[in-house]
Amino acid sequence: MHDMSHATEHHAHTPPQGFIRNYVFSLDHKVIGKQYYGLGLVAVITGMVLSWIMRIHLVWPNFAIPGLGLLSKAGAPGGIVTPEYYLQLMTMHGTLMVFFVLTNVPFAGFGNYFLPIQIGAEDMAFPRFNMMSFWTTFVAFLVLIAAFFVGDGPPLAGWTSYAPLSAVGGAAGPGEATGQTLWAISIAIFCIGQLLGSLNFISTTLDLRTKGMTLWRMPLSTWSWFITSCIGLTAFAVLLPACILLILDRTAGTSFFIPSGLVINDKLQPHSGGSTLLWQHLFWFFGHPEVYIAIVPAMGIVSHILINSMRRPMLSHRVIIYSLLAIGFLSYMVYGHHMFVSGMNPFSSLAFSFPTLLITIPSTVLVLIWIGSLYGSKLRITTASLFALGFISMFVSGGVSGFFLAQPSLDIYLHATYFVVGHFHMVMGVAAIFGMFAGTYFWFPKMFGRMMNETLGRVHFWLTFVGTYCIFMPFHYLGLAANVRRYSAFVDDYLQPLLGVHKFITIAALFTGAVQLIFLYNLIHSRFRGALAPANPWEATSLEWTMPSPPPFDNFGGRHPVVYHDPYQYGIEGATNDYVMQDSPEEIKSVRDER
Amino acid sequence: MKTEYKYRVLALFSALVLFSIAILISGRTVDAASGGSITGKVKLNGTAPHQRGIDMSKEPTCAAIHKDKPVTMENVVAGADGGLADVVVYISQGLSGNEGASSEPVSITQKGCQYIPHVVALDVGQHMKVINADQTSHNIHPQPKNNPEWNKSQPPGAPPFDVTWANEEIAVPVKCNIHPWMHGYVAVVKGPFGVSDESGSFKLQGVAPGSYTLTAWQETYGTQTQKVTVAAGKPATADFTFTAK
Amino acid sequence: MAKFLAVTIVIIAIASAVPILRHTWAPPQDISTHGPLIDEQMSDTMAEAGISFLAAQIILAIFIWMFAGARPEGKIKTFPGGAKAMVIASLLLVGTEVLALGIFGQRAWASVYFTPPGPNAMPVQVQAGQFAFYFRYPGADGKFGPLHPEQINEGNQNFFGLDTANDPDSKDDIVTAELAIPVNREIHLLMHSKDVGHSFYVPELRVQQDFVPGLDVSLHFTATKVGKYEIVCTQLCGLGHYNMKAYLEVMSPDDFNSWLKQQAALQ
Ligand code: HEM
Ligand SMILES: [Cu+2]
Ligand SMILES: [Cu+2]
Repeated sequence: MHDMSHATEHHAHTPPQGFIRNYVFSLDHKVIGKQYYGLGLVAVITGMVLSWIMRIHLVWPNFAIPGLGLLSKAGAPGGIVTPEYYLQLMTMHGTLMVFFVLTNVPFAGFGNYFLPIQIGAEDMAFPRFNMMSFWTTFVAFLVLIAAFFVGDGPPLAGWTSYAPLSAVGGAAGPGEATGQTLWAISIAIFCIGQLLGSLNFISTTLDLRTKGMTLWRMPLSTWSWFITSCIGLTAFAVLLPACILLILDRTAGTSFFIPSGLVINDKLQPHSGGSTLLWQHLFWFFGHPEVYIAIVPAMGIVSHILINSMRRPMLSHRVIIYSLLAIGFLSYMVYGHHMFVSGMNPFSSLAFSFPTLLITIPSTVLVLIWIGSLYGSKLRITTASLFALGFISMFVSGGVSGFFLAQPSLDIYLHATYFVVGHFHMVMGVAAIFGMFAGTYFWFPKMFGRMMNETLGRVHFWLTFVGTYCIFMPFHYLGLAANVRRYSAFVDDYLQPLLGVHKFITIAALFTGAVQLIFLYNLIHSRFRGALAPANPWEATSLEWTMPSPPPFDNFGGRHPVVYHDPYQYGIEGATNDYVMQDSPEEIKSVRDER
Repeated sequence: MKTEYKYRVLALFSALVLFSIAILISGRTVDAASGGSITGKVKLNGTAPHQRGIDMSKEPTCAAIHKDKPVTMENVVAGADGGLADVVVYISQGLSGNEGASSEPVSITQKGCQYIPHVVALDVGQHMKVINADQTSHNIHPQPKNNPEWNKSQPPGAPPFDVTWANEEIAVPVKCNIHPWMHGYVAVVKGPFGVSDESGSFKLQGVAPGSYTLTAWQETYGTQTQKVTVAAGKPATADFTFTAK
Repeated sequence: MAKFLAVTIVIIAIASAVPILRHTWAPPQDISTHGPLIDEQMSDTMAEAGISFLAAQIILAIFIWMFAGARPEGKIKTFPGGAKAMVIASLLLVGTEVLALGIFGQRAWASVYFTPPGPNAMPVQVQAGQFAFYFRYPGADGKFGPLHPEQINEGNQNFFGLDTANDPDSKDDIVTAELAIPVNREIHLLMHSKDVGHSFYVPELRVQQDFVPGLDVSLHFTATKVGKYEIVCTQLCGLGHYNMKAYLEVMSPDDFNSWLKQQAALQ
């Protein structure tokens, strides 16, 4: 099927020798991709266990959690979580999830593995940079985790670490001493890793595309990683200096984020001239694009998988790309919607509200194209496609609550309530996680040369799909009843009637968390015992499926693939199969060669 | 007869040696048994400053406890007959340095969103139990100068926890950030101490005979000192008078 | 499998909408003059978002039901109108929604933030600090004395750092731990933070506003119903955040006056 005539020059590519060069400090983008994935897995398990402890504490505050007392004598004496420890766990949960899971897996993990392959490259543009970005990220992870073991524990200022709480130091309470400094250092290091990674992704996409791989011929997943790295380059470039200023405020006595006249514990703070809103502007200038860094790759991955399962291209390849670009672009103009009631100029709130409502247009276009493309398709149900369909459902559910929060007047009521917690968990957390699951079930055969167990996969999907709705839908109801977030206990009178809902959520969270063991078992079992995977188990068209599973060290075996078609030639009439691979020179009448 | 007498003297002598060795080894225990005491009264001259009422409406469970008797600040607590309470009296000079810490733990209880007692005195190294008897969380936040600062919350129903202090410090302010009106002191002293009660009376026990400088500390009025001599087996007395400002 | 998924999605969508339609967990009854605008905006949004939500989920389910299962012989069909139809639909649907919510919806925002407090608004200062609110009324002279942060001493109950000995304006200031206000009278709330970020949230009053350390912000509202409500902090401020609250008592003017006298006597 493949024309090998163009593969004239064969390079002598041999993998490096030795364990360290092969698996630890590897320059191979595939190994690095797996390393990111592995780190994300460790982070997501840690983050989930933390969320269990939080949920248990909220509804059974006097339940002694076995073993927790050993981890933190002060934070959880005898296993009973103190109010500050709840907030400390919450901060670590949010930080781990946003930075080390949502950024690491769909973007850095899958992106590293598949971006070069999908454009026909042998590796990233800068393999050494690539290795450095992973190990920088790894160091950032260690620094963050170290916060569990220092003096008064991890920071408690939330993943947003608002100043001045995060800036004034230990006087502000437990967690605000060494723990908060470690947080700022960790995030600064993380930014460096992401900046290196983003540069690498951009150069690779622009310079290393193989012959015939025009930009428009790149698969949607590649497009999404490319757009994400452009967002990442600007977003992390703002967070990095913000973190450095925060570290300086904390350790060098500067006052970037601390105004004068603050009195903590009856002591006048020796600071003056800083602005607390400055931190919020810098943070959200990063923070809002960050949620798109989490979700855009998931959108790309899901589109890629869905097309394969539907056996047809999307209604329009280009409109999807334009929508993703529009989302990426608008994401910088909407960040102020996190600050409607922050005390910034109320006219700014209006100015930020419009782009926020506007950004729903490209999002709606995406959803409508996904759903509309299902029409008349030949949808194949696999675990991967189930998760991709689940993603659409979750994204819609999380998206509609955005309509509320985009309006300053409703934000007056809903801001900082569980409505927000429900919104971002669904649209960013769960949707992105579904994207990761879909990607895992889809690409596992390519990455490890073995198939995952479909039956276990489907059980995993069903329980997770129903379970996550049970956890995160009720969060919205709590928010409508004005349940405030970031509370370690609900002592206010008006919150008492809501405790039943909280119990329901906790039970659902414990259940859904336990279900993930099925996934973990499937992952580990299939890695060693799964059926051997053929090169192209899903009858897909893009370049990653033209090579054996797993791919050889240099991806294409020294061959330089030539690309003749748009990425998704499915449903071809008159072709041998119902699909034609991108590097097949077969002359076809392209169904929907949009140009 | 003569030899018998000799043996007697010898026995007595060795008993004395043993006894003094025992004194040297066990220091304080024997002190307490044989030592004297200092008693006295602290008085306030003039009328105590106005103690503002405390509004606990933020914490209904605590406000309910004080429904019948409004709570006021406790910066100067004067008794009916001019006695001044919550004054820590301790020996600031003249101690031999052999005094060990008392093994009895003291306690500080958070009840009705107040510290009971308002002023706790204890020995360096002596154990202090922190108890939360309320239906709400408190955080206990001492702000010492000579000891490490800490800040820890104690939810309702949480077991008491134990603290010791490594260095002398008179006195460490203690506060609760959740209930900003909550305010107390921990006086970490070395050697015998006493804290005056509502009538102003205090008592220092187990003071070895000798002459000392006695200091009285009150949170608003500061310190006063006087010399006092303790004779074996005879309680010494010392009175203090603070003048209202 | 696919049909089962379709049914599950529909069940989840409907089950999610039921509590909303039945108002099982709804905002508490509004007690402010600007609240009805917000509530109206909320129910409009709820209707539009609810319809979009149900429509999207149900159409997704229908298509999954209809088109799942490989039919190797069948031909791929395209949704009438293709991508163009989708883009136009989005522009129309969302565009009008954006216009409706974005433009008309700003009335509620404007009524809170773009109109200055009236000349008769009663000024009250609120200070947030770890982890309690304190309130200050200007007293008979109608003037707030200046703040001296270095004089703040909570043990002496000097929460604001007032120098009553030297500042004549501070002498008659009344400091309280709960916020009492007369009903149907506009309140001009001057918000000051002593230490870190906090927020002032009264769900019934449809009011939420952050305190900005180093920058005093102000807010105005009118309560229309006598009663006792909770003021909670919604900006993470440290270990006692969940317990940072105060009570709002809306009183008849007479009750308010005698309350204020009583508080003045307690100073
Ligand atoms: C087992 C699933 C999960 C459960 C049960 C869960 C639960 C929670 C809870 C209870 C909170 C604290 C809410 C509060 O007190 O205000 C929280 C916060 C948060 N969660 Fe999750 N979560 C889960 C998964 C995720 C995922 C996958 C993400 C990834 C985006 C995520 C991101 C966050 C973030 C960013 C916060 C905010 C932290 C902060 O307020 O600083 N969570 N989660
Ligand atoms: Cu307290
Ligand atoms: Cu707070």
